[in-house]
Amino acid sequence: MVNSPGHQFLSAFERFQQKSVTTPEWLRDVRRAAIDSFVQLGLPTTRHEDWRYTSIEPITSTDFAVANGEAKLLRAEDLDGPSFIDPAYNRIVFVNGVFCPQFSSIRELPAGVQVKNLSAVLANDEANLRPLLTQDSASREQAFVALNTAFAAEGAFISIPKSLALGEPIHLVFCSFGSGNPIMSHPRNLIVCEAGSQAQIVESYIGLGDQPTLTNVVTEVVGGAGSVIDYYRLQNESSSGYLIAALEADISRDCSFTAHSVTLKGSLIRNDIHVVLDGEGAECVLNGLYLLDGKQHVDNHTEIEHAKPHTTSRELYKGILSGAAHAVFNGKILVHKDAQKTDARQTNKNLLLSEQAVVNTKPQLEIHADDVKCSHGSTIGQLDKDALFYLRSRGLDAAEAQSLLSYAFASDLVGRIRIAPLRARLDDYLLTKFRRSQG
Amino acid sequence: MLEIKNLRATVGGQEILRGINLTIGAGEVHGIMGPNGSGKSTLAHVLSGRENYQVTDGAILYDGKNLLEMSPEERARDGIFLAFQYPVEIPGVSTTYFLKAALNAIRKHQGLEELDAMEFLALIKEKMKLVEMDQALLNRPLNEGFSGGEKKRNEILQMAVLDPKLAILDETDSGLDIDALRIVAGGVNALRQKDRAMIVITHYQRLLNYIVPDYIHVLYDGRIVKSGSKELALELEVKGYDWIKAEAAAAQ
Repeated sequence: MVNSPGHQFLSAFERFQQKSVTTPEWLRDVRRAAIDSFVQLGLPTTRHEDWRYTSIEPITSTDFAVANGEAKLLRAEDLDGPSFIDPAYNRIVFVNGVFCPQFSSIRELPAGVQVKNLSAVLANDEANLRPLLTQDSASREQAFVALNTAFAAEGAFISIPKSLALGEPIHLVFCSFGSGNPIMSHPRNLIVCEAGSQAQIVESYIGLGDQPTLTNVVTEVVGGAGSVIDYYRLQNESSSGYLIAALEADISRDCSFTAHSVTLKGSLIRNDIHVVLDGEGAECVLNGLYLLDGKQHVDNHTEIEHAKPHTTSRELYKGILSGAAHAVFNGKILVHKDAQKTDARQTNKNLLLSEQAVVNTKPQLEIHADDVKCSHGSTIGQLDKDALFYLRSRGLDAAEAQSLLSYAFASDLVGRIRIAPLRARLDDYLLTKFRRSQG
Repeated sequence: MLEIKNLRATVGGQEILRGINLTIGAGEVHGIMGPNGSGKSTLAHVLSGRENYQVTDGAILYDGKNLLEMSPEERARDGIFLAFQYPVEIPGVSTTYFLKAALNAIRKHQGLEELDAMEFLALIKEKMKLVEMDQALLNRPLNEGFSGGEKKRNEILQMAVLDPKLAILDETDSGLDIDALRIVAGGVNALRQKDRAMIVITHYQRLLNYIVPDYIHVLYDGRIVKSGSKELALELEVKGYDWIKAEAAAAQ
């Protein structure tokens, strides 16, 4: 791989291992195995079915380095606006993958709740973390997940003890700050919600600065029996920000897992969401909203595995594209042989506001059980001409009418956000965005 | 107020209006009747500025201005209102939000101060009474899941709030039962005033029992073939449209 795409990651890895002198030996081994697996898998190209519409050439042709103290140049208020953060909530902040206690604020938490930097856990919990770090890169065969494991050092570690309902959301902020050289980070997040617990977690990915940045994140969620998890990822990168975001959720019996993905900005964003409904009565809801303009590219790959009987999934992804933006949606539903009474519904709707915008949407149903309810549907369309005329005939000009209808298209997904301040901020953002871009 | 001269218009290459002449003064209510396909709705759409309707000849003057050069929103801001035959459902936008945006666009154009949320709420509450509309309906997405009667009442409510100079009611009676018709007509009558003109388009004489026009015109085959007073509507009710068609054929 020396001169092939991705070689820069290998040299960066060697420098990274050399610098990590205090890293425990088992973790160095895990990383070494991961980089070997990365080399073996190779970076995906558009010849891979799962990457057919997404070229990562802009990433492979850039020489990214790991963080080097850029956080010093930032102030706390730089992060507030783009991350849609509510100052009232507990938050843990990373800049270019490095934990920043000066921007974080963890107030008193209920007994047993842990919110901390993963590195603190890595140092002394090999027994629990080794399997979590190794299982995914091996089984999922994803080069970027392997790359993330190879660089695994920091990220958020959240643990909610049995039967505890956390009253307030926890906010994780990942800021990519491209101030000098192209910078990459590989945050690894682990969210463990034990049986009967309840939590709301928001991840914000924001971009500052004008240099290219790459964030290659892996978040793993473990949903214990009967837990209720409301998970958000808000993507608001810079216009030269690349984001590869994997979410692995393992959902036990009677657990309800909801993931809201909101993509507002970024040059190239790839989301891979993989949810395993691994116990009877488990349920997942995937909501997605992407608003793209210019030459932005977003690829949403989701896979829901119904591994046990009586599991339910609901998926609604909606996108609004203008300019020469490109969106990809690939929604796979995999129903295992004995997952009878599976109930799965998937919808992808796209609104195109320009001639140049492109959408590739593909549902993928793989059903091995015979007593299931599965449906899917996707649409790609323009604004309704009758509706536009109706609004104009009441005095709204063409731009206002278009912006109001675009807002309306997105508003049901915003309405599903259960954290009121976040919902209100996002609502404001949408209204302003559509007014500005049309006016 | 409105002067239509020898108006010809096509839709999809087919000529629908074939020389309409009509003058409407302030405060007047004109009923336009005619059999299906005579061009009634086309006339309404041309007046409101709908795309896909090509005016091939003639002129429309509105308050002395060339109406055909104005965009739909300019017409609305200058006081033209079309009550749609089929009001459009718009998911995700509440009637209240939409109507406030529309009213403020019009007020801004007219050099008036925009209304804030409280002032608007007070206004809409007052106007709702005209059409006996439930406030819960106004917070729901515009027309979505509304019954036919609710949609038509919503049109009249919008008219009451937007306070137009020229209102065009396109088959506002279609699909209404007698109670809904009475409510809608009551709302319209309450909005009759000496500086507001109305064009009431209908297929049936029934509506004109409730909204009694000053003049009635019969549209047939893209032309106004007969004009008269409100008694003409009764005559049409009794005799149907066939004698009009026969007269028109004889005249050619």
